[in-house]
Amino acid sequence: MAKIVVDVMLKPEILDPQGNAVASALPRLGFTFATSVRQGKRFEIEIDGEPTPAQLAEVEKAAEVLLSNPVIENYVVRVEK
Amino acid sequence: MRVGVITFPGTLDDRDAARAVVVGGAEAVSLWHGDADLKNVDAVILPGGFSYGDYLRCGAISRFAPVMQLVIDAANKGMPVLGICNGFQVLCESHLLPGALTRNADLHFLCRAQEIEITNNQTAWTSSFQQGEKVVIPLKNMEGAFQCDDQTLAMLEGEGRVIARYVGENPNGSRNLIAGITNAKGNVVGLMPHPEHAIDELTGPSAQGLGFFTSILNAMVK
Repeated sequence: MAKIVVDVMLKPEILDPQGNAVASALPRLGFTFATSVRQGKRFEIEIDGEPTPAQLAEVEKAAEVLLSNPVIENYVVRVEK
Repeated sequence: MRVGVITFPGTLDDRDAARAVVVGGAEAVSLWHGDADLKNVDAVILPGGFSYGDYLRCGAISRFAPVMQLVIDAANKGMPVLGICNGFQVLCESHLLPGALTRNADLHFLCRAQEIEITNNQTAWTSSFQQGEKVVIPLKNMEGAFQCDDQTLAMLEGEGRVIARYVGENPNGSRNLIAGITNAKGNVVGLMPHPEHAIDELTGPSAQGLGFFTSILNAMVK
């Protein structure tokens, strides 16, 4: 069994109010390390066996069509060891 | 004239939209998200709500509903389609309209009477209004900030495809105060505020929302 991870993030130029809210909550709790926070989504997809290039291409397609909205989001597909 | 109103699981405003269609002078036809038939309607409204629970992204799953494949085909052939609030989000996810709707800039759910200006009265859904007419209708949403890249924004502005703008302070962070847009043909319109809740002064902030529902009759008579 392998796990394929798809990370979806808002594009840098798109305002992320949720990330901003987290960024402003951190210092209220004494965490002063952050200059910026962006919030995204992570999909964990399990498949039988090691993924083939064809399966990874299918996941890429699904990421573009369904898991992300390319108008506002970028995605990265990777296989988790 | 028959105007279809689609109900997805989680749709809220289908009843009000259907009533607005009837008060506007047309026949309202209920369509279900799983329908494989548009029941000979002349136009379609995608009402507000939280279709499929807004899971993944607002409108992202609705886009793939069986009835939407028929709506997308018909819209591309010129059938008038109006998406209100969640319906606007579905139209963007379906690529019938450019851009996307994202979380309100201040993160608050908005629910208030909002003044908007009609900036294009040449579409299938806005012809009952005067150009520049200001109307007050409810705005209620969480993901209402219209976003697109600079090139798309320039195209929308250059082609006069912004059909309504918020008046006064920007309520949700929408680019250029955009409250609604149309496609190149003017048959598909997406609108964030809710005209179907403003067709009677007893229950709405005005009756000015009715213009969207009488416009569609003009479009058919032409």
